[in-house]
Amino acid sequence: MSATTDPGAPAQATPDPDVARSRMWTSRLREAAVRSLPPEKLLPDTQPSYVASWVYVFGVLTLAALAVIIASGTILVLKGPSWWHLSKAGLFMNSIHLWSVELFMFFMVLHLWGKFFMAAWRGKRALTWMTGVVSFLLSIGAAFTGYISQQNFDSQWISTQAKDGLNSVGVGAFFNVLNFGQMLLWHVLLLPVVVVVIVALHLLLVRRRGVVRPLPLPAHRRSVSRETSPGHEQVVTAAAAATPTGGTTGSPLGAGPADKTS
Amino acid sequence: MTALGLDGASGTQTLADAALQSDDSEWHGPVIRYDLAKEFVIALVAMVVLAVALAIVFSSPDEAPATITAWASSSPSDFLTTAVAELDGSSPTAGYGPPYNAWAPGEGQKIGPLGVERWVGVHTPVDTAHDFVLAPLGIIAKSDPALAAGLTRYESASAADQQQWTTAYTKALDKVSFSGSSVVVPPGRYGPVPTMMSALLQMARGGSLDGALLSSPRFYGTDYTKPLLFLADGSYLADKANAQHLAGNQWGMMNETGNYPGQAWLWLYTMWYQIPPFTHTGNADALIWSLMMLLSLALLLLPFIPGLRSIPKLVPVYRLIWRDHYRRLATESPGGGPRAG
Repeated sequence: MSATTDPGAPAQATPDPDVARSRMWTSRLREAAVRSLPPEKLLPDTQPSYVASWVYVFGVLTLAALAVIIASGTILVLKGPSWWHLSKAGLFMNSIHLWSVELFMFFMVLHLWGKFFMAAWRGKRALTWMTGVVSFLLSIGAAFTGYISQQNFDSQWISTQAKDGLNSVGVGAFFNVLNFGQMLLWHVLLLPVVVVVIVALHLLLVRRRGVVRPLPLPAHRRSVSRETSPGHEQVVTAAAAATPTGGTTGSPLGAGPADKTS
Repeated sequence: MTALGLDGASGTQTLADAALQSDDSEWHGPVIRYDLAKEFVIALVAMVVLAVALAIVFSSPDEAPATITAWASSSPSDFLTTAVAELDGSSPTAGYGPPYNAWAPGEGQKIGPLGVERWVGVHTPVDTAHDFVLAPLGIIAKSDPALAAGLTRYESASAADQQQWTTAYTKALDKVSFSGSSVVVPPGRYGPVPTMMSALLQMARGGSLDGALLSSPRFYGTDYTKPLLFLADGSYLADKANAQHLAGNQWGMMNETGNYPGQAWLWLYTMWYQIPPFTHTGNADALIWSLMMLLSLALLLLPFIPGLRSIPKLVPVYRLIWRDHYRRLATESPGGGPRAG
């Protein structure tokens, strides 16, 4: 859709094209997106100086393992569900798929524990934490449906065991683990799509909010007014509160005047 | 790791000043150059190399599935016992309840007073006598007049007669022997049940029962609910699983055949099945699932749960993670060094 003007129409106040453009849904969407995540924030080339620990690597290793899972899974999909039972190349690709899942879950759990001990939900990052937890839970479901789509003894045993738990809470009526066709589709389509979407959202939130700040050390924390909360922890020391500039004399380590008051 | 170097000049605040700002404010302190794209590529290469190396060294397990043919051939007595139980409605699947068949009022697992399993009703109907025994036999009865007569006699008999025949035959199976393709049981009043069971055993051994249980009116089929339920009702599948240390009391379904890690991330779910009170209740599945859903919800909402969200401040792991930051902060702070809290 585009706006046009009639050249024969009587002269009247022409609407400002910039104003008209700014009212377009597309323009508003683009501007909101750029406002939330300007390019330098989406793909920054610097990080706060505290981002210097191996714990920050677990997230990207998880993401890289996910890429290997998707690539190996795509090849398995292209060749069909029986291929890996019948050829050495198929078995090898299935093995890559299996081990990339093990690596993915391993690094994801390390990432999760790391973020837990960093209380990474601070500073309006609760949604980042929650999307991470949802992607973890969905990944468990994706891996589980993979195990029961294998068409071997493992899938027979796992599915006949798992049905009782699922049926006991009514889930089995809609998610029949004994139905190979249903589980395969969940595994190769529904769950991967949802996992990728949630992980993408998680990454965008990480970039939008940035990496969470270090926790203040206990000597300093005694003067913090409120306990750690998702959005409103105020890291303000007694000394900082006492100085009109917001406290350049205090130290998170508790050195200097701030510490003397705590 | 691509922290390429400290670039303190980029920050507009000193480290000490920046560290004082609230958690939700922008960081204006010192920054380091950090190449995210390069880091991802390095991580991707590392994961590809690791996954390929693990695949080359360890491959992946692929034990052939159990079949009804193999079950009937290697454990005919167990097969017959299970088949008679399916016929007279005393098998685990026959009395399972929703989503396979209806329950008597009051049965089923509950979460407190809530019988969620019952509420959802029957979604995958399974009539074990018809689906596992009578319907498959009906296929071969078309070319076996003796079996056809036996089936007619059984289906037209009263429920009491059917029950009497199957109960007697089940007891006789304790003394069953096999002579070639014949099933030999002590003489007794079994009605047509021996004819039916012998035919079903031959059908299973010949491989056609696997297909009959899968049969779909639309030619194609991907639903293995019936053959899997039938297999799981016998002890053949469980014996194979026990031999592979896969039973429920052996940390069950989180394992897989061979020495592979399996679904290690299910350790917490599987753990509950190993400890009281869950080991002593018939309600274990519903209780454990409820507990896991509750724990998952707690993990999801952790940022909002007072007390739990403060645990990271009490456990000094964060000091290890940010030790360089605290050290630099101590160096920059006038007259102070790092202090343990």
